Amino acid sequence: MQFLQLIISGIAQGCIYGLIALGIVLIYKATETVSFAQGELMMLGAFLGLVLMGQLGWSFWLALPAVVLAMVLLGVATERIAIRPILGQPAFSIVMLTFGLGYVARGMITMIPGIGSDTNALPVPYKDEVWRLGELVLNVEQLVVIAVTLLLCAALYALFRYSRVGIAMQAASQNQLAAYYMGIPVQRLNSLVWGLAAGVAAIAGLLLAPITFVHANMGFIGLKAFPAAVVGGFGSLPGAIVGGLVIGLVESLSGFYLPEGIKDIAAYVVVLLMLMVRPSGLFGDTMQKKV
Amino acid sequence: MRFLFKTSYAQDIALARHEGHRFWYSLLVVLLVAAPWLLSEYGLAQLTFVLIYAIVGLGLMLLAGFTGLFSIGHAAFLGVGAYTEAVLVAAGLPFPLALLCAMLLAAAVGVVVGLPALRVKGIYLGIATMAFGFVVAEVFARWESVTGGNAGLQVKAPAIGTWSVDDGVSFYLLCLVLTIVATLGVLNLLRSPTGRAFVAIRDSEISAQSMGIHLARYKTLSFAISAALAGLGGALYAHMIKFLSPDQFDIVQSIDLLLMVVIGGLGSVHGAFLGAIFLIVMPQAINAAKDFLPEAIGMAPGLKAAVYGLVLIVFVLFEPMGLYGRWLKIRTWFSVFPFYRRGMFKRQKSFQKSERLR
Repeated sequence: MQFLQLIISGIAQGCIYGLIALGIVLIYKATETVSFAQGELMMLGAFLGLVLMGQLGWSFWLALPAVVLAMVLLGVATERIAIRPILGQPAFSIVMLTFGLGYVARGMITMIPGIGSDTNALPVPYKDEVWRLGELVLNVEQLVVIAVTLLLCAALYALFRYSRVGIAMQAASQNQLAAYYMGIPVQRLNSLVWGLAAGVAAIAGLLLAPITFVHANMGFIGLKAFPAAVVGGFGSLPGAIVGGLVIGLVESLSGFYLPEGIKDIAAYVVVLLMLMVRPSGLFGDTMQKKV
Repeated sequence: MRFLFKTSYAQDIALARHEGHRFWYSLLVVLLVAAPWLLSEYGLAQLTFVLIYAIVGLGLMLLAGFTGLFSIGHAAFLGVGAYTEAVLVAAGLPFPLALLCAMLLAAAVGVVVGLPALRVKGIYLGIATMAFGFVVAEVFARWESVTGGNAGLQVKAPAIGTWSVDDGVSFYLLCLVLTIVATLGVLNLLRSPTGRAFVAIRDSEISAQSMGIHLARYKTLSFAISAALAGLGGALYAHMIKFLSPDQFDIVQSIDLLLMVVIGGLGSVHGAFLGAIFLIVMPQAINAAKDFLPEAIGMAPGLKAAVYGLVLIVFVLFEPMGLYGRWLKIRTWFSVFPFYRRGMFKRQKSFQKSERLR
């Protein structure tokens, strides 16, 4: 029973990693830049939810779409203002820029009087509820995380498989120039991808908030999404989720069966091993750069 | 405006191009040597920190600015150097020997990290080094018998036998000598075939390989030298701060180090020093400005992070060559006076080739 419990909490945690990794991979596939601000976007989403629900007293179902929409707009704006002007410069400039964006987000949040520098609980309707199945005690918060992740994956799959925008995004990520020649507005799509990534991050933030708490440093979880993305093979969307699950499970199991302290670094040990054994990840294609 | 007429090949690789360089750098050295008598005790301590960070910055600049390999876990090397030094000095080893051991151990660790670097590129390398940094930080926290864990570790003053460097002035002079040696070493390395190979690898791995540069050997070497310099800086840092705890070597420190070389100006030795000055002066400036800000902003714990982030964004967007690039532009403006054109330093947009082409 305990084993099953560990598995479920590992999967729930892994879903969060997977969702953040999904945002990173989306951005990477579209613009070949790596965003280290993804965790901070998640944190912003959670804080926005906190302000709307806690301070302004909105209901959960009203706040949820509002937060996601606001974060999508923020993502689009970020791409337009900060990322687009420097596309084409060395990849590392952009990485440093996203570090800067993350720093600013984290710093600004602490300036909100009252809640900024505290750890806050997000008042969601399903907080602290448990289901009992025989001996098994299921935490509803964790089940919600898993269910929402499944729904979101299905929605994203449908988006990329059947909608015009999704197919255009795929085309742009395979070959930007060719897509551009075919009349696809690549730049506008890139904005949209940032918006999508920010929206997914916001959902991850709202899902994570009841399990942990809402505080300015919760974005550091975003750093564990990188191992997830690499394990899945950077540049593969299903890989990101699977990678997240792998990292979450390894963390959860190592926290129980291995000595104290291993849990915090399990994700990084896994990614180091992965990079040594199979750098292209579970689902990545092997790449060979042409001259 | 100054015109250089080259009359010998030695002039091409001379460290000081002309009399102007010789004069100004000599003046700088004289001023630095005289600093203990010119500055207050506090000012001297800050200057010592600048020198220590400059040594670490030189190492990271060699790796990131000249070899094009980015490490998001450089604080780990800093930590290895610091803890090695602290433990060995506590065991009674004379400090030059301990310093050497700190450098060698950091370099050895650098080689271990450099090995996966041979297989992975670009962002994968960043993630590998970041992961490594986390693992090392956890080791510092958990290996309590050696590092003292989260309770921290006291560091003794550097000493040989009965003679010890325990006051601020002599420690400053020790740091100054080591900084000058490190700087000259790096400058000399950069004009040697090894340094040229590093730059070639940065500009294009494939063409470097075609020219007969052994990629694996030079990348590992770059990691080793960079880590050794970080280890040296870490050892001095341990003596300066006198108390080590694992949280001094976490990811935030690594990002601060990267911020230092990016703001200083990637690909210039000056940049390491300018970045170090920035990293030390900025917190003081923020502290001074606190009183003039509204309370919600001035007292916020994240004020420093927000300012750092903003500065970083502004630099990447508007001055990608960093502080040193800004200085070059100002100097050129004066030296060519009415003829400065806006496009003189315009960077050619290098459109990144996709890594996913098959």
